[in-house]
Amino acid sequence: MGFLHLFIVNKSGGLILHRPLGPAAPRIGTNEMLRIGSTFHSLHAIAAEASPVKLPGNKNSFGADDGIEQIEGGGMILKCLQTRTGIKFVITAEPGTPDLDALLREIYVLYTDCALKDPFYELEMPIRCELFTNAVDHLIERVEMGGLKSR
Amino acid sequence: SMLEPTRYRNSQLATLASHHSFSPKQAICAMSRSSSSILDRPLGRSAGRSPDGSVVSLSAFAYVYSELVQYHQGRAASISELERRLESAGYGVGLKVLEMTAYRAKETKRETRLMSILHFVSASVWKALFGKAADSLERSIDHTDEFMIIDYEPLASTFVSVPPDLGQLSADAYVSGIIAGVLDGAGFSARVTAHSVTVEEGEYTKQGGNSMPGLPPRKDKAVFLVKFSPEVLSRDAALER
Repeated sequence: MGFLHLFIVNKSGGLILHRPLGPAAPRIGTNEMLRIGSTFHSLHAIAAEASPVKLPGNKNSFGADDGIEQIEGGGMILKCLQTRTGIKFVITAEPGTPDLDALLREIYVLYTDCALKDPFYELEMPIRCELFTNAVDHLIERVEMGGLKSR
Repeated sequence: SMLEPTRYRNSQLATLASHHSFSPKQAICAMSRSSSSILDRPLGRSAGRSPDGSVVSLSAFAYVYSELVQYHQGRAASISELERRLESAGYGVGLKVLEMTAYRAKETKRETRLMSILHFVSASVWKALFGKAADSLERSIDHTDEFMIIDYEPLASTFVSVPPDLGQLSADAYVSGIIAGVLDGAGFSARVTAHSVTVEEGEYTKQGGNSMPGLPPRKDKAVFLVKFSPEVLSRDAALER
């Protein structure tokens, strides 16, 4: 499974987490990562306006803002899950990697458990919760070994 | 029967009270929370449930606890002060938990010996609070007045990641407050502190996982260090004879 990167972008467009998920992930500097995060945030918002098909209220079926859900490129696939609160979970992977949507939802659940219930985590700030990063690594390990089983 | 609105003076309140007394049938309906039919009542007791079958959501507790910690963190000047605040927050809970657990266990005699009260805490109190007994109870080798209650999956700190600048803080300080309350209420005054200790390789192989699905196995166990006051120890030694 070729997982590349995980990005989490807050509702103002700031990057609150970036994590390489595998050995194939290119190593990029932090500043570059921040730029990627905010660029994606803007593109996500513009795409909803530029789209020929408009959803009612510009919101998708989950109540989140409409925007980029998937980008397929030559050497990679990018998937984005936006929550109702405006947090975007973005994952990049090599083409052909299965279950990316389910994986993003699992990561969202881990975020609600390990970051939002942590008294020392400030909302919209960079995530420094050890439990969250360990849980994400553990999840990726589990998926690579046995595939994603439902919780 | 409805009382018609009348102006009444204090002397009449006593007669009003007797007019308005509930019949036994009404009283039962008003006070019971469960429905009358056996089909509506929960299936039965299982570990972790209180006698009326209710279960508290872990997420609900985690959010309230998170707010409690943040509240105290904003008012504490140091890490040790934060720990002391969390401990005193749990103390009152401990006093009440002692009464409730002793009553439910239908104990006719209260514990007077050190080892019995420690067993009561690590088994009955733990089961009442967390649904299972503590993982182990140990006595310190170096100090005769110190005991340790060990929990490999402490509940209060399930979702907590202590930042490195708060170093030694244990998020389970609230639970050590509860233990201190239980022991004090039972007449065994003690100083209880919570410590986060790294689990060694292969030390604890409960199916190698975590009771919380999706989370990795916990790296730290909670050790509750109980240090009894000298008068408790001398009293217990006197009882020994």
